Amino acid sequence: MSTEAEWKRKDLVGIEELSREELEIIYAKAEEFKATLNRSQRKLPTLRGSTVVNLFMEPSTRTRLAFEVAATRLSADVLTVSGNASSLVKGESLRDTAKNIEALSADIIIMRHSAAGAARYLSRQIDIPVINAGDGAHEHPTQALLDTFTMREKLGKDLTGKKVTILGDILFSRVARSNIWALRKLGAEVTLGGPSTLVPKDFEHFGVKVIHDLREALAEADAVMLLRIQHERQSSTHFPSLGEYTSMFGLNEKRESWLKKDAIIMHPGPINRGVELDSKLADSGRSVILEQVTNGIVVRMAVLYLCASYAAQHRSA
Amino acid sequence: MSIHWIKNGRIIDPANQRDAVGDLFTVDGKIVDSLSESQKQEAKVFDADGLVVCPGFVDLHCHLREPGDRHKETIKSGSRAAAKGGFTTVVAMSNTKPPTDTVGAIRQVVDVIDRDAVINVLPTGCLTQNRDGKALAPIGSLKSAGAVAITDGGHCVQNHELMRRGVEYAAMFGLVVMDHCEDVTQTDGCVMNEGVWSLRLGLRGMPRAAEDIMVSRNVIFAAHYGAHIHLQHISSGYSVDIIRRAKERGIKITAEATPHHLSLTEASLKDYSTHFKVVPPLRTEKDRQALIEGLQDGTIDCIATAHAPHTEIEKDKEFDFAPFGMNGLETALSVCLDTLVHNELLTLPQLIACMTHKPAGILGLDRGTLSSGAPADITIFDPEENWVVSRDNLASLSHNSPWLGLTLRGKVRATYSEGELAYPFAD
Ligand SMILES: [Zn+2]
Ligand SMILES: [Zn+2]
Repeated sequence: MSTEAEWKRKDLVGIEELSREELEIIYAKAEEFKATLNRSQRKLPTLRGSTVVNLFMEPSTRTRLAFEVAATRLSADVLTVSGNASSLVKGESLRDTAKNIEALSADIIIMRHSAAGAARYLSRQIDIPVINAGDGAHEHPTQALLDTFTMREKLGKDLTGKKVTILGDILFSRVARSNIWALRKLGAEVTLGGPSTLVPKDFEHFGVKVIHDLREALAEADAVMLLRIQHERQSSTHFPSLGEYTSMFGLNEKRESWLKKDAIIMHPGPINRGVELDSKLADSGRSVILEQVTNGIVVRMAVLYLCASYAAQHRSA
Repeated sequence: MSIHWIKNGRIIDPANQRDAVGDLFTVDGKIVDSLSESQKQEAKVFDADGLVVCPGFVDLHCHLREPGDRHKETIKSGSRAAAKGGFTTVVAMSNTKPPTDTVGAIRQVVDVIDRDAVINVLPTGCLTQNRDGKALAPIGSLKSAGAVAITDGGHCVQNHELMRRGVEYAAMFGLVVMDHCEDVTQTDGCVMNEGVWSLRLGLRGMPRAAEDIMVSRNVIFAAHYGAHIHLQHISSGYSVDIIRRAKERGIKITAEATPHHLSLTEASLKDYSTHFKVVPPLRTEKDRQALIEGLQDGTIDCIATAHAPHTEIEKDKEFDFAPFGMNGLETALSVCLDTLVHNELLTLPQLIACMTHKPAGILGLDRGTLSSGAPADITIFDPEENWVVSRDNLASLSHNSPWLGLTLRGKVRATYSEGELAYPFAD
C-alpha cells in the first residue's frame, strides 16, 4: 500500500483537523524511517536539493534541533531564522517575513510562534508547506505525534480504551491541546489533572475528564504525561508558587505508588526536575522521555516527507 | 427654500406610534404636517412606494478617528458611511489623538464637523485627562465647548473613587457618563471570550466577570449618586440581568447592544479571522439570546454600532497582534433586520425605536422622531433588498467588516439630514 498517495495536505497546522487515517499515515511513515535509523548510512536522499527554513519567532532549542536533525537526515539544506535576533524580522510583519523567505526559494517553512493561529495564518499567505512547530497555546502537532507514536510502541498500536492522564499547566499548553485531539481520535481516554486555575472545567467539552484530585487522576492511567510548569508565564496569578505546586501536584516517589504497575511516565521536556517531576522518576524504568526525543526525529521526518511530497506533486500538476 | 414630499412610503415613527402608508413633508429642514398647493408645486418628490420611511438613525457610539488616525476614518468619511447606513446623528467617541479632553480639542473637532460632516455629528468629552483614569478632565468646560456626553471612549476608569467623583460631577451638569465596562485586571493580554472556544483556539479569554463587575459598580454609583450612567456595548448575559434588576429599582442606568453582539458568537473566531476581534468580545449563543431578550423587554435601551474602523494592513496579522474593533455603520440596519426582524424577534417598529428615539432620549437629543417641527432627519430603506458588502461599496475608509463578501438583506435608499439629501451622495 502506498501511503503517500493518501496524504492530501500541504501543511501541518494542527492535529484537530486531522482524521485518524491521516494520523495512521504519519505513524506508518515514521515507522519506515525508524527502521532506517540503525543503518550505517543514515541519510536518506529524499529531500536532496530542498531548503527547509526553521523560522523560530520564539526560542526553543529542543524542537528546533529535532527539526534540523530530521531535515538533515532527509538531505535537505536547513536554514535557521531566529525571530529575536534576525534583522529580517525586525519591525516586519509575519506576512512580509514569509514572503521574503518564499522569495528566497525555500521549500518548506517550519515555524514556532508565540501567537495562537500564526501557523494557519502563514499557511494561507504562502504556497509552500508550513509545519507548525508550536503556535502560542494553540497546537504543537509534531509533539503530539511523537508522544502518541511512543505510546503506540509502549502500550500497543491500538490506543483504544487506553487511559492517559495529562498533568499540569493545561490552560497554556499547546502540547496538551494537540495531545487531547490526537488521543481522542485514536480512541484513548484522556484525564486532565492539576490545579483548577490551570485546568478549567470547560476542557470537558472536548471529551476529556477533568480531575483535581491527584490520586484519582493517576489511579487508572496507562500513561502519565507531565507538563512543564512555568510560574513566570502565569504572571503569578494562576497558582501560588512552584513549591506549592510541587507539594500539591508534583509527581514524586510516594505518589508513584498510586500508579498502576506498568504505567509509563512521559514529559515533552525540558523537565523542571523536582517541580512537576521528581528527578529519580525521570530517570526510572517507567520513564520513556528519551525515547520520546528519538521518536521526535522520525515523526518529523515523516511529516516533512509527506508535506513536501504533496507540495511537489501539487506543483507539477 | 428646500421642500421635500416623500410619497406613499410605510411611515414608521415609533416615538409617535405611527405606522401607516402615507406621505411625509419637509420644509427648510423641518418636518411639517402638510404642504400648501404652491409648496407642492415646488417640492422635490421621492416615490417611496414599497419602502419604509422612518426617522434617521441615531448612533450613540462610534469612532471617527479624526484627529489622529485619518487613515482609518475621518469625520467626512465616517459621516458619509453613517449617512449610507441610514444614520443622521452619530455620537463620536473621545479616543481621538489627541483625545477630546480639553476645550481646544473639542473645538477642533467641532470645526471639522462644521466643515466636513454630511450628517449631525456630536462630540463627546473625556471623563479623565488623557483618558488614563488618573484625574478628572474639565467636564463642565467640555460641555460648554459642545460635548454631548462624557466618556473615556474604550477605556474604563479602574479607580472606583475617581469614577464615583466623575459621575457625581458630570451629573451636576446633566451630562450622561458613557462607560466601556471592563475590569482590566481580568482581561490583560486577553483577545476573545473566555470559554470553550478560547480553550480550543489557545487564545487568552476575557471572562464575563470582567464586564459584570464594572456593570455592577456603575449600577451602584448610579444608585448612590443619582448619576445617569450609560453602559456601552453590553455583551454578557449576566450583565443584562444586573441591568434589568437595577431598572426595576428605578436606577438611572441605560444600556446599548451592538449589531455584532446581537448577531454573532465566539464561534465566528474559529479561523482566527481578526475581523471578529472586538472588545468586549463576541460571546456565547446564550449571551446573545440574553441580549435579544434584553432588547425585547427594554432592559437594553438601544442599538449602537461601536463602529471602530481599522485598515486592512492593521487587521491582517496574527490574532494576538491585531487591534480590536469592527466597522459597523453601514451594515447595522441590514444585520439587525436579518437577526431581529426577519427572524421575528422584534417588530420593525421596535427595531426602529431602538435605533431612533430611544437612543436620542438617552442624551435628551431632539432627534429620532418625525414629529411635526422636528429636524427633518429621515431614512428611507427597502427592508427586502439584497446587497453584497464589498470594499468598493463601503463609504468608510476602512473595510474591517466581518460581513465582507456576504449578502445582506435590507438596504438604505435615501437619507435626509435636516432636510438635505445626505445619501445618495451628491458627488
Ligand atoms: Zn468600548
Ligand atoms: Zn467603542
